[in-house]
Amino acid sequence: MPGLEDLYREIILDHYRTPRNRGELAPPASKAEGHNPLCGDEIQVYIDVADGVVRDIKIGGQGCSISQSSASMMSAAVKGKSIDDIRNLVRRFKHMMSIEEEGNDSPIDESQSLGDLEALQGVVKFPVRIKCAVLSWNTLLDALNNA
Amino acid sequence: MSFDVALIKKDFPLLQRVINNKPLVYLDSANTSQKPRQVIDAMSHFMETSYAPINRSAYQLAAESTDAFEHARGLCRTFINAPRTNEIIFTKNATEALNLVAHSWGGANLHRGDVVVLTQMEHHANIVPWHMLAASHGIELRWVPLTDDGQLDLTNLDSLLKGAKAFSFTAMSNVLGTITPVQQLCAAAHAAGAIAIVDGCQYVPHNVTDVVAWGADFLTFSSHKMCGPSGIGVLWGREELLNAMPPFLGGGNMIADVRLDGFTCAELPAKFEAGTPPITEVIGLGAAISYLTAIGMSNIRQHEKETVTYALSALNDRYGNDITIHGPSDPEVRGATLSFKFKDVHPHDLSQVLDQSNICVRAGHHCAKPLMRLLGANATARASFYLYNSLDDVDALVNALEGAGDLFSL
Repeated sequence: MPGLEDLYREIILDHYRTPRNRGELAPPASKAEGHNPLCGDEIQVYIDVADGVVRDIKIGGQGCSISQSSASMMSAAVKGKSIDDIRNLVRRFKHMMSIEEEGNDSPIDESQSLGDLEALQGVVKFPVRIKCAVLSWNTLLDALNNA
Repeated sequence: MSFDVALIKKDFPLLQRVINNKPLVYLDSANTSQKPRQVIDAMSHFMETSYAPINRSAYQLAAESTDAFEHARGLCRTFINAPRTNEIIFTKNATEALNLVAHSWGGANLHRGDVVVLTQMEHHANIVPWHMLAASHGIELRWVPLTDDGQLDLTNLDSLLKGAKAFSFTAMSNVLGTITPVQQLCAAAHAAGAIAIVDGCQYVPHNVTDVVAWGADFLTFSSHKMCGPSGIGVLWGREELLNAMPPFLGGGNMIADVRLDGFTCAELPAKFEAGTPPITEVIGLGAAISYLTAIGMSNIRQHEKETVTYALSALNDRYGNDITIHGPSDPEVRGATLSFKFKDVHPHDLSQVLDQSNICVRAGHHCAKPLMRLLGANATARASFYLYNSLDDVDALVNALEGAGDLFSL
């Protein structure tokens, strides 16, 4: 059995205790809500998009350390990035979580460092927690599609 | 017989598992229970010697299979003290049994504006079918509120029940462990002219059940929570009500005749048992009932009362304000199911940490989201004990919680 230290890396606990970009954005910001129906976690992602760039992002909701830290790291990683870059990053993150986009065989651009997000790699060893880690990312995709 | 938990535990092969040199501490029996050797053997033996279709075919093997199947139905009748064996309907699980009542009885007897009363501690299985009837038939739902210690607040029960057609409630909450006053609730329903539907999914595996003493009209329960296999549940209903209800699922076995212009239903219980049932699973349920009955349901209740009494004081003594245990503090009105909040550790993280010690607890909303909202939680951790859990299992839980608080520095 993999050890807890593989899962609860210090950087993850840091984002959990001190989440970045918490809050809400008023309309016309795009909002999406995600639920993990099995464990009751819920998350809201607000994004402010202008000229194809996510200018601002805020995260609301409640969840476990993995879902909350993943959301916090995600918010820091996507702020100020273009939608194209963000979609690539989502794909890359989900790839790290062993989730592949069906019917999309195009290569994933891995030229940029994942930064703090690398810390979530250990989640893959705990398959039941993968859905905690990707909840905010799927919700971000919904928010992008709503924008 | 005396109750020896060490001996009982030996009956359960899975509980002998050792993972990473540590024993398994299974505290998730409110979710699903483990199976004793007696049940596993009965199912294997049946498949090796007597498995054949039931209620059709003239050969001896089919007759044996049918006899074994119907014998198990008789065991279910005795187990809940139902008046008649043909009142025992086999379903897929308790959820399907509740859906059967809501859609068949409710669909035929409820009309726009009719009232069904539920409680705020119900499982989704006793909420969503009624919401579906609200959408299709325009019925109104009313809710019995809860007291601060997680019991039903019966102060305004009579006015809530006024004009109601049905009162559907759990005999024991799967989250709070609360045992409800079923007999009193049935009587209140009848006084208001409503029928009483009892969700016994959590209660029946742990207590002596007597539908006649309760005065209930329907009872639902599930095999997999009472040492039997999954895939089989039971609906008991009063014969008069079942006879008056339209069928639920149509198909083979549930008919007396089928013509080009229509069909005639079979008699009870076949009327509500369309298609080939899970035959081996019914045999397993029968074996589980025999197993539990030999130990004695009142002995099991006594053991669980002692276990929960010990668990409540051990957790509260050790952790004080760091732990909040939901539900009644009085073991007389609660089963051995403990939902709790520990510091500010998210239940999902808590169960992950406990898993390092092979302690299996449920983390989540327990399919009772309205109740979770009432508790102000998205999720809780839940430890639930059964006949095979010893006080050592309680100690293991109490000790392992220490590490969870440390890890998150809360």
